[in-house]
Formats: sequence, C-alpha cells, structure tokens
Amino acid sequence: MITVDRPTRTRSVASKQLFATVLQRQGAAVVLVLVVAVSWLTFPNFGTVDNLRDLALQSSFLAVIALGMTFVIITGGIDLSVGSVYALGGVLAAYGSQWGFFGALLLPLVACGLIGLINGFLVAKTGMAPFIVTLATLLFARGLLLAISHEGSTTYKIAADSAFLTLGRGTFLGIGYPVYIAAILFVVGGIVLRRTAFGDTVFATGGAENSALLMGLPVARTKMAVYTMSGVLAGFAGALTAAYLESGVTVIGVGTELDAISVVVIGGTLLTGGAGSVLGTVVGVLLRDVIQNIINQIGTLDSNYQAVVSGGFLLAVVVVQRVLARNRERR
Amino acid sequence: MRTDAVVLEAFGASLHFAGVKALDFVTFSLHAGEVHALVGENGAGKSTLIKVLTGVYQPDEGALTHRGKPVVFHRPVQAQQAGISTIYQEVNLVPLMSVAANVFLGRQPRNRLGLVDTNRMNAMAAEVLAEYGIEEDVRRPLGELAVGAQQMVALARAVSADADVVIMDEPTSSLEPREVETLFGVIETLHRKGIAIVYVSHRMDELYRICDRVTVLRDGRLVHTGPLADLPRIELVSMMLGREVGDIRAHGATGFGAEHHASKEPLLRAENLVSGRRLAGVSLDVRPGEVVGLAGLLGSGRTETVRAILGDLPLDGGTITVAGTVVPSGSVPAAMRAGISMLAEDRKSDGIIPNLSVRENIVLAALPRLSRFGLVSRAKQDRIVRTFMERLRIKASSPDQKVAELSGGNQQKVLLARWLCTQPKLLLLDEPTRGIDVGAKAEVQALIDELAAEGLAVLLVSSDMEELIDGADRLVVLRDGVAIGELAGDQVTEDNVLAAIAAEGSR
Repeated sequence: MITVDRPTRTRSVASKQLFATVLQRQGAAVVLVLVVAVSWLTFPNFGTVDNLRDLALQSSFLAVIALGMTFVIITGGIDLSVGSVYALGGVLAAYGSQWGFFGALLLPLVACGLIGLINGFLVAKTGMAPFIVTLATLLFARGLLLAISHEGSTTYKIAADSAFLTLGRGTFLGIGYPVYIAAILFVVGGIVLRRTAFGDTVFATGGAENSALLMGLPVARTKMAVYTMSGVLAGFAGALTAAYLESGVTVIGVGTELDAISVVVIGGTLLTGGAGSVLGTVVGVLLRDVIQNIINQIGTLDSNYQAVVSGGFLLAVVVVQRVLARNRERR
Repeated sequence: MRTDAVVLEAFGASLHFAGVKALDFVTFSLHAGEVHALVGENGAGKSTLIKVLTGVYQPDEGALTHRGKPVVFHRPVQAQQAGISTIYQEVNLVPLMSVAANVFLGRQPRNRLGLVDTNRMNAMAAEVLAEYGIEEDVRRPLGELAVGAQQMVALARAVSADADVVIMDEPTSSLEPREVETLFGVIETLHRKGIAIVYVSHRMDELYRICDRVTVLRDGRLVHTGPLADLPRIELVSMMLGREVGDIRAHGATGFGAEHHASKEPLLRAENLVSGRRLAGVSLDVRPGEVVGLAGLLGSGRTETVRAILGDLPLDGGTITVAGTVVPSGSVPAAMRAGISMLAEDRKSDGIIPNLSVRENIVLAALPRLSRFGLVSRAKQDRIVRTFMERLRIKASSPDQKVAELSGGNQQKVLLARWLCTQPKLLLLDEPTRGIDVGAKAEVQALIDELAAEGLAVLLVSSDMEELIDGADRLVVLRDGVAIGELAGDQVTEDNVLAAIAAEGSR
C-alpha cells in the first residue's frame, strides 16, 4: 500500500513545489505586468511619456539602495542602516559640493562606505547579529547627520552652477541621468552576482554558511564586501538625491531601510538568504512605485494606501517563502 | 596498490574539551592507497580525530605529518589545499545552488574576462558526475536531488579537487543499496588510482568488504590498529564495545538487582516497525514489570525504535499496541495518553529546562493533568514534587533550586521524576546513565529496578554493555534497523550479545 501511494504523492508535491517556486520567484513580475496593463487601460494619464519618465526617475533612488540590500540579504544578513546612511550621503554631498564635483561625489561615498565597512567588520569578524549592528549604525548615522546639520536647521545647498547638479537633473533622450545610472549599476550588479566567484560566494554564504566555510570560501571577506557595498550604494543614492533636489535634505530616508528590504523580498530574494536576483529587485521597486503612482492617479485615495498594499504583498510573499522552505525541509 | 608509504599521520594527538579528553595520545597512520576503516562507538573520538586531520580542530599535543612533512592546519581550507578532502556525514553543500556550482564552488572555471564560465562549468560537472552514476541536470538546485545523489555530488567535489586522501564519515548512512554499490565502485576506482581513503562506518559487512586495515578507538584512546581481513568480527565488535570475549563479569557490578517476575501478557507490542531507511522491521514486546534492553551498535536503530514507539518518528509501516489498543503512530500526545513516556538521550537539549526550578521541571509534563480551568494547585504540585524528590533521592537544596545547579545525576533523576509523575505504564529510557558519575549511575539503575519491580514496563537503550546485560531481563538485538534476535534468561550474556551483533548479515 505504501509503495503504491508514494509516487503519486511525490508527483503532486513536486508540481505544487514547482508552482510555489514560480510564484515566489516570478510572482512580483506577473503582478507588475497585470497592474501596468490594467493601469494603462484605466488611467489615461498613466501611459503618458511624462508619467512614465517621472515614475522611472522616482524609482531610481530607492533602486540603488535596494541593489546593495539585495546582496546583503542574499548572504543571509540585513542592513538597517541604509535609510540613515542615504540621508547622510545627501547632506555630505551637498556639503562636499563646495570642493567641486569630485568633492560632492567622493565625500559621501567614502564616509558611507566606511560605515558599511564597520557594519561588515562587526558582522563578519565578531559574529554579532546584523540586525543589532546595523541598528546601531542607523542611530549613529542619523545622529551624525543631525549634528552636522545642527538638528536640521542648517541646510547645505548645492551652488546652482555646480557641475554636480547634472548628475541628478541632467537628461538624455528626455530621461533623467539617475535612471541610466541605476540601470548601469543593476547590469553590473547582475553580472557580479551571477557570473563571478564573488557572487557564488555570496549565494553560498547565505545558503549554507558552514558548508561555505568548510569549502574554504572567503565568507568573512565576502560579508565585509557586501555591507561596504550597501553603504556605498546608499550614500551614492543620497548624493544623487541631493543633486536632484539641489540640496542636502535631512528629513529624508526615515524608514527607507524598510522600503528597501520590502522591495528586495517582494522581488523574490529569500529573506533567509541563499537565493535571489537583482532583476527581482528591479521588479519589486517598480511594483511599489507603480502602485504609488496609481494611488496618486485615483487622487481620492490617501497616499498611505501604497504602504498598505506593499505591506499586504510583502506578507503574502514571505508566507509563500516560508511554505517553500518548509517543503524543502520535509523532503 | 597499497604501499607502505605513510601519506598522512597523526602522532600522539591529544585534545581536550572543557577538561574532558576527547582524544588521548592517539596515533593514526594512513598508508598511500589503502582503505582504512576507522571505527568506535559514540564518544570514541572518531569525529574528533577526523576534525584534527582536516584542520577543523588543532590538537593540544601531538603532530601531523602529510607526505612525510610536518604540517599544521589552522583551517579546513588548508587541509583541502594540501590534498585532504572530507565528505561529512551530513551533506555539507549549498542546497539552493546548482549541482554544478556545488561541485566547483571556490574553483570555478573562468573565461577570458575573469567571469565564471557557466557553460563550461556545467559541462565539466556533468562529465565528472557521470562517473558517479549521476545523470541529473546539473543546473538544478542541489536540494532537489535525493540525499544519496547529494552525497555523490559531495564525493565528486571532494575527489575532483586533486586529493590524495579522502575521508568519508559514514557515507552510506543515507544511501540506498544501489547507491552503496555505486559508491563502492567509486572507492574501487580511487583505490586503483592510489588515493588513500579513511572510511568511517558502523556496518561490519561494508568494512570487511572494502577496507584493508582498521583502527579502533574507544573513549578517545587508540585500542587497536592492524589488517582487517584476519581479524574475527567478534573480536572487532568486542574491541569497539570494550568487552573481552569470554570475560564474563560477576553480576552485581551495577546497581541492578535480580530478575523480575513479569506478567505473561505484553503491555507494549510493536510489530514490524518501518521508518524510512532507519527502521526496516523491528518487532518487540514489553510486559509489565519487565526491563527489555535494546542491544546493537551505534546506528543500528536503537534510538529510532524508542522514538518511533513514542510517536516522535513517523512510521511508514507497522503497528504499536499498548494493552491491546492500537496507538496511532507519529503522535507524541497519543502515545503519552496511552501511557508511554520517554527519558530522552540528550538531557541538555531534549530534557531539562536549566533556568527553571526543580519543582517546575518535575511538574511540567504533568501540568495538563494537574490543572483545572488552566489553574494549577500549588499544594498539589508541592505534594507531588516532595514525593518524587524523596523517592528518587534527588539532592537539591530546595524544590526552588535551579536545575542547572544540580549535578548530572540529579538532573537525570529530575527528568525521571518528570516522566514518572505522568504515571506512565511504559517508560522508554534512552541512555539513562550517560554522563553521570558512578555513584549516581548505580542509584539510577537501582531506581529502574525498583520501578520495574512495582510493575512498570521499561524499554532500555544503553551503550553500556554491563548495564544492558545486568539490567535487562530480555534483550532484543538490532542491526541496520532490523531486530535480528532476542536473548532471554540465561542467554543474556556478553558472548551471546557480541556474537549476535557480529553475525554476518545480508546487508
């Protein structure tokens, strides 16, 4: 009886498994396509060149932050500091713009990279929980930001003739530079993740850290690298935002770390690490901003419903991930 | 192809963990091209020795030599780079990554741009794996493969890394018979290539089939090393268990008393229990007032049998009856309702809650029975706790003392009290005296005796041969998850047990 039962059970489990895997990996993409198609037909303004251009530009800042977060989460970690680091990057860029283009660019990259390196060092070398380490640097970076801006009363402006502004406000073929920059970073990020030994180690670290250590992979170095990268990218996103807004705005970035985490997870990256893709993250960012855009188009809805929709979607994705993980454990 | 050149040697290796000697001056020599069996019971030091050889641990004393040169491995990767590959019992790969990536992680083929050449890697992996009888799509995630196939991938990874020593820690424990044959084929090939293999297994038939020499460890010490073929099985088993053949000790060396007069009708009847690869047909019964022992080597299915009876291990077949009523399998609450309780093997992780008091630890399992509308009468608790503390002679300053502060023997008694106050009819004891001192051991044994004399049915698992022989009225001998024999009355002697365990099997 048992021997007859088993193959059918296995087959139905396998097909369910496949369905769940597709749902988890590509679910966000399917939903994005549906939402875009429906919006295109429903809202006359949605498909206009202007709207799509704005949408792409708005998405590009969070996308840059989420790219770093994707790497961190695939190693099985988390980086809560990116929201504060993002804001700090913007203020430092504006401050550094007094020394020209490179001052405005390098100051935030170096400072934010250092914060990331500290995160990485503490996580990789002391074995402290990433959650705690990056929570501490979240507070640290926000505090530093408030100190140098005198609790936000000093706003550093970027001179109107600064070349640095082009980075945020310049356009090519009508599309803002930040969109191209984000696109290039994602292509490079995708190659690094998928096609380099470093990328393989990122996956192995998150998938089975002990195995990775026993295989002699440079786990500690890789962790340090991904947190540093996450800091640099968050700082760079801040610099881009400053260049776009023409000043270092101190109030941005509150809760941005949670937005970044949610778009990464919605994009199919496993919150427990070991699997994910940068393309998924692009989809996650776009889904978030398209929903926001629609809510704006409807006009009568409170814009906070965007967070309600994102939250619900995130919950659904995480539930599917958990079900998948449990199926894997059972086998 | 075996030569007398020593390829890897640990000389006088000692290692302590928190004052306990895990390895005590062990010398282990591996000759080029040999298959060397490393055997021993639980805690003998096999895993520790392997970890010393592979750079996971550094010995406190002693030296390693590899190809005649002294070496020090600070990390596993150094041993690997020197040509010592290890396949761990638990597959140590990355389940979410592709099969091919798992074979080549850390040494991926690159193209001219320095990027991983995925196509070439997949082709190479497919080619390597074909030699191991794996015809799967190498782009699939490793985790989707059967455990046996994953084990083969681990082997392929280990061997394709240009190793001259391959260490296999119980490689067949999760393999199907067909996969075992493939593995032996691979070992044969490696053997011919002159690669030395350290082979850890509990399966006698396998050892005698493929190994040239054997090293026996016990309690962290080297007991024997030499050629395997001329060594009688019964001698090997007796060396592993630490018993001399023909050395029958006087009864009374333990805390157990005389035999019990059990009633005729069995309380527990387990018939033909089957569970995955771990149990392949175990039948036994236990009568009230009787202590039945489970004998067998490590990995023979002793713990699995008691876990199956408790409902902690799902069954694929077989029935469990308590007092004539069938107990639904795979449910611990159902088994407990039927009157079955178990003292688990690892009291630290599966037993005591260290920061709770003696009182709380004792009444924990009985709480559902003691409470009314979710409230528990403190007076009732105190009465029970007092009774058991006196009866089991638990030495604690008060019922409110933290269990963590008690000695191992007293912790074990607290656990025994916990299960006794659920008023079981059948008590499953898995290694009840492991890790407690001699005095406490005798006391626990005497308690088991008393309980049985009062009519409790007891099923006892113990690696301590003396405890089994002296304590059990009857012994069921297990091998490879099958009950292969039963000894009762005068037959319960060490010679008979050793002979039963060592008998040639079909597997």
